[in-house]
Amino acid sequence: MSFMSAPTNFFTSKLNDALGWARKFSIFQYPFVTACCGMEYMATNCSHYDQDRFGAGFPRFSPRQSDVLFVVGTISHKMAPVLKTVHDQMCEPKWVVAFGVCTCTGGFYDNYSTVMGIDTIIPVDIYIPGCPPRPENVLDGLMKLQDKIQKGEQSRTLYDPAKKTGRPAELQGGYTIEGHIKHIETNT
Amino acid sequence: MTTLQILQEKFAPEITEAHAFRGDETAVIRPASLKTIALFLKDAPELDFNFLMDLSAVDYLFYAGGRIQKEFRFEVVYHFFSLKHNHRLRVKVPVDEKSPEIDSLTDLWPSANWYEREVWDMFGIKFKGHPDLRRILMYEEFQGHPLRKDYSVNKRQPLVGPQN
Repeated sequence: MSFMSAPTNFFTSKLNDALGWARKFSIFQYPFVTACCGMEYMATNCSHYDQDRFGAGFPRFSPRQSDVLFVVGTISHKMAPVLKTVHDQMCEPKWVVAFGVCTCTGGFYDNYSTVMGIDTIIPVDIYIPGCPPRPENVLDGLMKLQDKIQKGEQSRTLYDPAKKTGRPAELQGGYTIEGHIKHIETNT
Repeated sequence: MTTLQILQEKFAPEITEAHAFRGDETAVIRPASLKTIALFLKDAPELDFNFLMDLSAVDYLFYAGGRIQKEFRFEVVYHFFSLKHNHRLRVKVPVDEKSPEIDSLTDLWPSANWYEREVWDMFGIKFKGHPDLRRILMYEEFQGHPLRKDYSVNKRQPLVGPQN
């Protein structure tokens, strides 16, 4: 049997596995750091917790060179267009991590200036609630992201409050401590 | 003589209230005399307030849980400082709710420019003679003034949709 006549689906699925494996261990992240969560993000990235074990230790400060967008910290309405632009500038395939409760649901900032969850602007793959999340929590989210990358899954939908889609059920309806704890527990 | 004494000597009818707590002097003045008093504070050699440290406003709606009813809803608060004499003065100017308008101090202290834009943005108090009175913190399409006490906490802006 020649190479050309081999069943193509078998061949490509294995290629996707290899691609996923390569991608998940070479995450080039863009840290979109706007607030206090940035400190915990730095703690995770430093030697004690060492994100580099997961191949995600190298932040790129250009969206065009990165494939995972870490949104770390509160996003205000004035910052929202900037975040959208940064996300648009990233090349496919791309993933988005919502780091901290402010990016997941808006947190306790239900006020005139804060975006109530970045999934109302850009699709989010991984939610890491916490104020700020502990480094273990972040690494847990990172491993879940790696699973997603391995499977080739990407979130494409925004949060729709009317249809209740695009966001985990326990994080819907605004900021509740129970919802965030449940999200951490059910996903660990 | 303290700053308050100098002021009271010169502008007695314009000062409605004055108090000092441990050297922190406060004068409440009539809005019409703001420009004159500010000019005096800046130019008098014994005062020489060359630094406008802060300019903000207070909304006294529902003040003390609604138990205290003020005659005027807003108060614009100026904090002056003299680098030369190392003394400070707080000036409060009551502003009416129906015509929230007051003289701008941008020609005396250029730093008043952005402060006054912020007060306009957050409280909706206009400053007569300001060269560029635009919103500074919120975006142009924003409706209302968020630090007014009657701005609802859960109010949603038309531009950013029902969720936000």
